Amino acid sequence: MISGVALLTALAIVTGFSGCASRGAIAPGAQPQSFPRGQVAKGAELAHLGNCLGCHTAVDGKPYAGGTPIKTPFGTIYGTNITPDADTGIGRWSLEAFTRALREGVDRDGRHLYPAFPYDHFTKVTDEDIAALYAFLMTREPVRQENRTNRVPIPRAFVGVWKSRYFTPGVYQPDSSRSAEWNRGAYLVQGLGHCGACHTPRNKLGAEEKDAAFAGGEVERWHAPALNAASPSPVPWTVEALQQYLRHGIADLHAMSAGPMQEVTHDLSNVADDALRAMATYIVSLDTRSDAERRQHAAAALERAGKMRAMQGNTIYDGACADCHNRGRAEEGGALELPLGTALTVPTPRNLAYIIRDGIVPPEGERGSWMPAFAGMLTNEQLTDLLIYLRALSGQSAWPDVAREVRNISRGDQ
Amino acid sequence: MNRREFIATGGALIVSFALPAWGQKLPGALDKEPLLDAWLRVGADGRITVFTGKAELGQGIKTAILQIAAEQLAVDMNAIELVTADTALTPNEGYTAGSNSMKDSGTAILHAAAQAREILIAEAAKRLGVPAGELSAQAGEVRTRDGRRVAYGALVQNELLHVRAAPQSKLIARIADRKYMGKPVARVDIPAKVTGGAAYVHDLRLPDMVHARVVRPPSYGAKLKSVEMEPVAKMAGVLKIVRDGSFLAVVAAREWIAVQAMRALRTHAQWEETRKLPRDIYATLAQLPSQDSVIAGADAQPPQGARLLQAEYRRPYQLHGAIGPACAVARYENGALTIWTHSQGVYPLRGAISELMSMAPERVHCIHLEGSGCYGHNAADDVAADAALVARAVPGTPVRVQWMREDEHAWEPYGPAMITKVRAALDASGNVAGWQYDVWSNTHSSRPGKAGELAAAWSLERPFPPSPPRPIPQPEGGGDRNAIPLYKFPATRVTHHFIPEMPLRVSALRALGGYMNVFSIESFVDELAGAAKADPVAFRLRQLDDPRARDVIRFAAERFGWDAYKKQNGRGRGFAFARYKNLAAYCALAMEVEVQRETGELRVLRVVAAVDSGEAVNPDGIRNQIEGGILQSLSWTTFEAVMYNDARITSRDWGTYPILRFSHVPLAMEVHVIDRPGEHFLGTGEAAQGPAAGALANALAHASGVRVRELPFSPRRLRVTLNA
Amino acid sequence: MKLDVNGRAHEVDADPATPLLYVLREDLKLNGAKFGCGLGQCGACTVLADGEAIFSCITPISVVQGRRITTLEGLGTAEKPGPMQRAFIELQAAQCGYCIPGMMMRAQALLEHKPAASEAEIRAALQPNLCRCGTHMRIVRAAVRAGELMRGKS
Repeated sequence: MISGVALLTALAIVTGFSGCASRGAIAPGAQPQSFPRGQVAKGAELAHLGNCLGCHTAVDGKPYAGGTPIKTPFGTIYGTNITPDADTGIGRWSLEAFTRALREGVDRDGRHLYPAFPYDHFTKVTDEDIAALYAFLMTREPVRQENRTNRVPIPRAFVGVWKSRYFTPGVYQPDSSRSAEWNRGAYLVQGLGHCGACHTPRNKLGAEEKDAAFAGGEVERWHAPALNAASPSPVPWTVEALQQYLRHGIADLHAMSAGPMQEVTHDLSNVADDALRAMATYIVSLDTRSDAERRQHAAAALERAGKMRAMQGNTIYDGACADCHNRGRAEEGGALELPLGTALTVPTPRNLAYIIRDGIVPPEGERGSWMPAFAGMLTNEQLTDLLIYLRALSGQSAWPDVAREVRNISRGDQ
Repeated sequence: MNRREFIATGGALIVSFALPAWGQKLPGALDKEPLLDAWLRVGADGRITVFTGKAELGQGIKTAILQIAAEQLAVDMNAIELVTADTALTPNEGYTAGSNSMKDSGTAILHAAAQAREILIAEAAKRLGVPAGELSAQAGEVRTRDGRRVAYGALVQNELLHVRAAPQSKLIARIADRKYMGKPVARVDIPAKVTGGAAYVHDLRLPDMVHARVVRPPSYGAKLKSVEMEPVAKMAGVLKIVRDGSFLAVVAAREWIAVQAMRALRTHAQWEETRKLPRDIYATLAQLPSQDSVIAGADAQPPQGARLLQAEYRRPYQLHGAIGPACAVARYENGALTIWTHSQGVYPLRGAISELMSMAPERVHCIHLEGSGCYGHNAADDVAADAALVARAVPGTPVRVQWMREDEHAWEPYGPAMITKVRAALDASGNVAGWQYDVWSNTHSSRPGKAGELAAAWSLERPFPPSPPRPIPQPEGGGDRNAIPLYKFPATRVTHHFIPEMPLRVSALRALGGYMNVFSIESFVDELAGAAKADPVAFRLRQLDDPRARDVIRFAAERFGWDAYKKQNGRGRGFAFARYKNLAAYCALAMEVEVQRETGELRVLRVVAAVDSGEAVNPDGIRNQIEGGILQSLSWTTFEAVMYNDARITSRDWGTYPILRFSHVPLAMEVHVIDRPGEHFLGTGEAAQGPAAGALANALAHASGVRVRELPFSPRRLRVTLNA
Repeated sequence: MKLDVNGRAHEVDADPATPLLYVLREDLKLNGAKFGCGLGQCGACTVLADGEAIFSCITPISVVQGRRITTLEGLGTAEKPGPMQRAFIELQAAQCGYCIPGMMMRAQALLEHKPAASEAEIRAALQPNLCRCGTHMRIVRAAVRAGELMRGKS
């Protein structure tokens, strides 16, 4: 298998370094004084939408002060300090420099930014929204914290090549054949929401595969399910259900947000309902299956789920899971009937394995549904056995080599 | 000569000859139960039994009482068997509540033991023909100077201790003479708890004992329309299904089967739900009719002047939330009922159960066994009623009932939602010139007493309605507990708006109104200090006369390093003080916090507390109670609010009602105990909750620049409020 | 069904789906593990399976056959308390005490695995366990002390 680095090098040679040159530096801005309240509030909401906290705050670190390791196939990149600290943060970035970073993926000094910072999405954000985001970030608590050195053996110049191939800057253009709400949703999802950054597959050079938008991807070893017609959700999503999920992290006939998605929905819980509705409207429209097909799919899933209460078939499931999961969410203390769970229908058993091992627990101090952690209770063999059984419940073909995946997970590759 | 020295030198007035003994008030609970042998017996074998009507709640009362009794009786602690709260054996001391155990029972036993000792010495003097003054009591014997000894066991006969207590006692009081009191004696109950010994009512196992679970209604007042019992009755291991009106329970040989059968039965039950819950509790409370009483300053003028401040504070319903859900074991046999219960009041419970079951009280025997943490009127009485009702359906068989976590969250009586409003004026010197305080609250006590206070009683075919609630009068108070500030503010007027109608089930939660009132008062005092540009500690000191109050304040501030504190971004310090009920222990607290606006994360970095509980019988016990009270209060204040929709309680487990976890425990906590030997014992168990909330509110204000007046300071609320 | 608890084999006649907690308390008459929620949220039921902390309230006995189960009673007795127990007695780390066995087991799992665990690591390890009385400070100090005793320090 050719490594990404080697490919990039080859690409660079072939294209003769065209288009890879850095851009000019932009002079440091004066430390901005103040911004209108309304603009800062708008920026706050946009920051929640973009989940800036997620990549720019380390575990137990100060908000937006960076230090978060982001693992990519090309090495580890650390989220930067985007507090308005003058020396170690973006305190002396002008609005122009900030806008260019989001729109073109170039930092204040003119160097290319690694696309782990998803400027291929943020480029779609309007100037007005970028300015609001700027107002918000510039009014955060400045934190003095040096940025960590990235561990990516790829020179930034190569990123220029990559960009010339895979990145076209430009603000979102509305589709006049669609409603205002749909367009708003598309703008938010394609732009700040950067949903495709996880939910779209990437090629070997780490670029999103444009032709397979929202066909499913991977993030931190979790699978991010397809949101398009290939959606593995047993009951196809409706706008209401998805809006509920985005706000509360749970939808009755669907899933509980887990793993990396959990902090996304936690951040989105701060966002106004109409924005979430717009996003849900757009995302549901990506599933281009006919109504009839969607209905059929839902009916089959609900029928499988309806049989749960009477089912017994696996000692582990019967003892450890059935008590809650056979009851269904309508019952007090009940949990999702698993034939409705996306974790069973995605291409990899990893999601389900992580959920069983670590449970799904609300962020500290927040309220929410709770799945307990089964770590320590199940041996690798037992977990393998359970995963195979659960996959069978979904009606899908078996996952390949579950035992090896379980062994890898327990050896700590996550 | 102070009181301490007077007593220690055996000052002559042991039995007062000035007034007849029956004319004087007896110390502590002796006043209600004056016979010495109601409190202690000495067997012919020398074995000593001490009786207390109080219950061990994990607050260490058993140990403290043993210390007191052993000290004053001059015996080894191991020589004493302590019997607690048993309607067949111990005095009736009502409820173990209100932080009164040391004041009432502790004091009674202090004097009873001391007087018993003197009686034994007097009896020995007669037998040995030696003057009592030349005798001493040690290690369970009376000894002469020349080495002759008589064991206590040999001295007791003819009901030697069946005498009325005297108003005063010769106490072993000099520190140098003391072996137990004032020492950090290890708790007698801890070894069993950490080695797997039976320690709780939950651990009681009786021969042929069966298990039962109750199918609780889905909401208040829900009626059971129909239930298909057949499918559940047929389940393997199910022994019986009990139904009386809407009371529905299932009995099984094994506990897990009882749980599963209960869940199955629930799916086969249809309920009619009618009660509606309020959408906005604060708006509702403000509108409900109230009985208003001015509890201080009826003649005081409303505050007026150039500098006038006012504020409103809010507190939601909050849970007791003991880690171990309530449990009871009952056996009904030959018309007699025995209940093992962790109720705070075995005698009042007996009264309620006998009414519930239409039995004579003498036929009902309630025995206290420890429960999980008790923080007030929880579900202990309710589960005892459940067990009694089920036991009657299976006579002769002991029945164990434990509540499910979800049922405990939904049905236990909550600490009531409250509103307070404060208005004050500052004079030219920056001192308070007038103070007006109003508090709105439901009752803080719906304890049995009567059957109508038991949850099961509401579901029966012939239900018992709840008794009309009544306010607890001052100086104890309920919603108005600690509503009168200890500060010497002129023109202070305090009004208690008692709201009888209860949208949700409520009763006593540790500190009662004291938590919210101290939170409000101490928050507002800081707001005033800010307006007066005064240091919060100095501001308090200059308006407080009580020397013991001033002592704890200065001690805490000094140990915290208050004056030298340097504020950093995102961090702040806060101070608070209160004397619980203005009668019990004094507690002052300083803390430092860190808050993050973006996430709403609020963490306490360090806490320094000073407490004065009078004479500190067990200083370690005091420290434990204060630490515990602080942490419990931090949990309430940072996270806790019962959630409900328009029909049902929706916070039903620890996921939907989060409480403090280790991640939010302060990095450092110091509790300094000011010991005042000879002073009355002051209740300590509820002294820290109010001050901890006040200090947290004040530290948050200092750290963020924003004053938050609605509890709890949840991450969600702080994200909104701090960024507004 | 055969279960290995505290080093002894027990023959238990219970449905394989029965949570371990009920079998420990009812069949084996052990008091240490306690019912707190039955939902894996509070840790009062914590025991060890092959040295790993598990919630016995959601662990069916079928799954832990052949595992080495340790409860509070396996750490020592009242007459001969083990280091964890000695530490908790020494530090008087209990108020009502109901959560304490679960805390001790969770701490035991950490310290067996990492005898020199720091206070911060101990706090993090105890996160799944709830205490309502507010004994947290002492619990941490007792766990630290237990580590010292386990490493042979006095």
